[in-house]
Amino acid sequence: MEYLPNILFIILLGIGIGFFAKNVKKLIRNIKLGHDVDVSDNKSQRWKNMAMIALGQSKMVRRPIAGFLHIIVYLGFIIINIEVLEIIIDGIFGTHRIALSILPEAVYGFIISTFEVLAILVFVAVTIFWMRRNIIKLARFWKSEMTGWPKNDGNFILYFEMVLMMLFLVMNATDVHFQTLNTGNVISQYIAPWFGNLPEGTVHIIERTAWWLHITGIFIFLNYLYFSKHLHILLAFPNTFYGKLTPKGQFNNLEAVTKEVKMMMDPNIDPFAAPAEGTENAIPAKFGASDVQDLNWVQLLNAYTCTECGRCTSECPANQTGKKLSPRKIMMDTRDRLEEVGKNMDANKGVFKEDGKQLLDNYITREELWACTSCNACVEACPVSIDPLSIIMDMRRYLVMEQSAAPVELNNMMTNIENNGAPWPYNQMDRLNWKNE
Amino acid sequence: MSELLKVPTMAEFMAEGKQPEVLFWVGCAGSFDDRAKKITKAFVKLLNKAKVEFAVLGTEESCTGDPAKRAGNEFLFQMQAVTNIEVLNAYEVKKIVTACPHCFNTIKNEYPELGGNYEVMHHTQFLKSLLDDGRLTIEGGQFKGKRITFHDPCYLGRANNVYEAPRDLIRKLEAELVEMKNCKRTGLCCGAGGAQMFKDAEKGDKEVNVERTEQALEIQPEIIAAGCPFCNTMMTDGVKTKEKESDVAVMDIAELIANAQDL
Ligand code: SF4
Ligand code: SF4
Repeated sequence: MEYLPNILFIILLGIGIGFFAKNVKKLIRNIKLGHDVDVSDNKSQRWKNMAMIALGQSKMVRRPIAGFLHIIVYLGFIIINIEVLEIIIDGIFGTHRIALSILPEAVYGFIISTFEVLAILVFVAVTIFWMRRNIIKLARFWKSEMTGWPKNDGNFILYFEMVLMMLFLVMNATDVHFQTLNTGNVISQYIAPWFGNLPEGTVHIIERTAWWLHITGIFIFLNYLYFSKHLHILLAFPNTFYGKLTPKGQFNNLEAVTKEVKMMMDPNIDPFAAPAEGTENAIPAKFGASDVQDLNWVQLLNAYTCTECGRCTSECPANQTGKKLSPRKIMMDTRDRLEEVGKNMDANKGVFKEDGKQLLDNYITREELWACTSCNACVEACPVSIDPLSIIMDMRRYLVMEQSAAPVELNNMMTNIENNGAPWPYNQMDRLNWKNE
Repeated sequence: MSELLKVPTMAEFMAEGKQPEVLFWVGCAGSFDDRAKKITKAFVKLLNKAKVEFAVLGTEESCTGDPAKRAGNEFLFQMQAVTNIEVLNAYEVKKIVTACPHCFNTIKNEYPELGGNYEVMHHTQFLKSLLDDGRLTIEGGQFKGKRITFHDPCYLGRANNVYEAPRDLIRKLEAELVEMKNCKRTGLCCGAGGAQMFKDAEKGDKEVNVERTEQALEIQPEIIAAGCPFCNTMMTDGVKTKEKESDVAVMDIAELIANAQDL
């Protein structure tokens, strides 16, 4: 019986990490449903972007209040989690505060007091975040796409963090042995008196309970990530690494189209000749994107990384003037559809079974796609290097090149370009008339 | 017009066996749109004044394909691009200047992958370089002390990080440069980009250009400066919608400088 807690702990650890690993595998599989895209260039710039944007939070602080609070939570989260290491070792070996037997008391005290201070700061920051969402009701958290799960998800995580921080402090406060050391308990010493009148056995039980709830909570949190916008705490790193490096105005070149255009324009190529060996796959089955499998894997990674913060949407000129387009919704729809495709595959032995749905129309409407001015405000605003515009563009390409479904005026514009070399119905021969007018 | 504009073509230069210093890419708006033609002429006057040996393609120029690409028609875009690149490369063009940020962006960023590599400058950058080199001077003039705000074109600003050249030019006019609440990185689109110029906007509460004009009017400028023919149209329409056309002028930076010079 003596080893029961250790065994229980090891089982808990196994389940916690096992489930997480399983979901990570699913996540990677889903992201790989996207086309391949070469992002092996410019490694040094990519590392730099990751260090600045994900690690250094450089784009978060462009909104100073949210940025500052976020940095507290982010630092707190990382630093306090060092404590988890000790908890895990204690859990496995049945020790108690193992680090105390290794480190000098003062050093240990310093480390834990840092954690305690951060814990209370995180608690305060998270409370302010909660008020911004629920009491001040910042507009970007109350858009039409932010109802149901996305709204609850945002709050759940805040409650989660409040509880975890509290448990950590209670755990310290009820640890009589730790309190008597009187080092490291900078915050918990003020909580300790709350439990002062309780019998020693009860205090111990509270301490154990807080310890178990704290570590269990962390495992639950870990596994909750997969279902939540909080996946960004992991994916922000690869996502900023693989983010766009070319100028924002440079839209990607469709190689397959280049091949066809060159062929069409080269008089030496016989258009009726049989394709050369090995080129039959050169022409893709489809131009542009109507479903998630038509996007590339970086775009799918983008979708999983989106924190639903709505900075993109609040900068979007179309959204600001009441149009249906919301770049955040584009990202959320992409993720939702990708999840649906993933579940479909899980249910069908790993192969996707046609379900009569797609990203276009079932999730993202044409009206949204055509409202975009391609201004890049969303791309600039995103704190984790997401490019909603690239998805919008790929879907427009599908509409135009596969379905010829552009709005009438745009078809006229394109006919004009084709016939006169200008989007308006003027003759190319009149191009220089302004000179003499 | 006081004197005739000198606008040589590439073909003429070629016939003389010469290369111009720079090719002026006029663009569709600059060639055909009545308002934009004035910007084109103002810029040419400045080029003439600074004695820049430039040339235009004239009837050999064609749409860069930008609106086709943004609308999603990659085929049409590439057809246009490849044709234009053939012409440019045949003339061995090295350096291009244009007053349209859409042409600027497309030729600078999207033509290289299709075989067109040139040094491309927006006309505000080029004018600034002329001033820096002392080839062009601005003497105070009629805009001294005027409140001028600059509307950042998305395809110049956010898309290519050019924020300072146009502002430097406004400061050179000894004007008072005032910034809207959204400017530079967070500048609000005029509503014309992404081929929106050529279609009606989707249903909403408001047109984007009206929202943007309101932002500009909030800071009570005498002039809204633009650096893009499309922005110019959108802001001019916005000012008309707000019935402010008698108080606020919308002018391209090239026009400001040409006017300051009484050209
Ligand atoms: S690029 Fe399109 S989606 Fe993004 S902010 Fe501009 S208009 Fe909105
Ligand atoms: S795309 Fe970026 S800016 Fe937009 S909601 Fe997601 S994380 Fe925020």
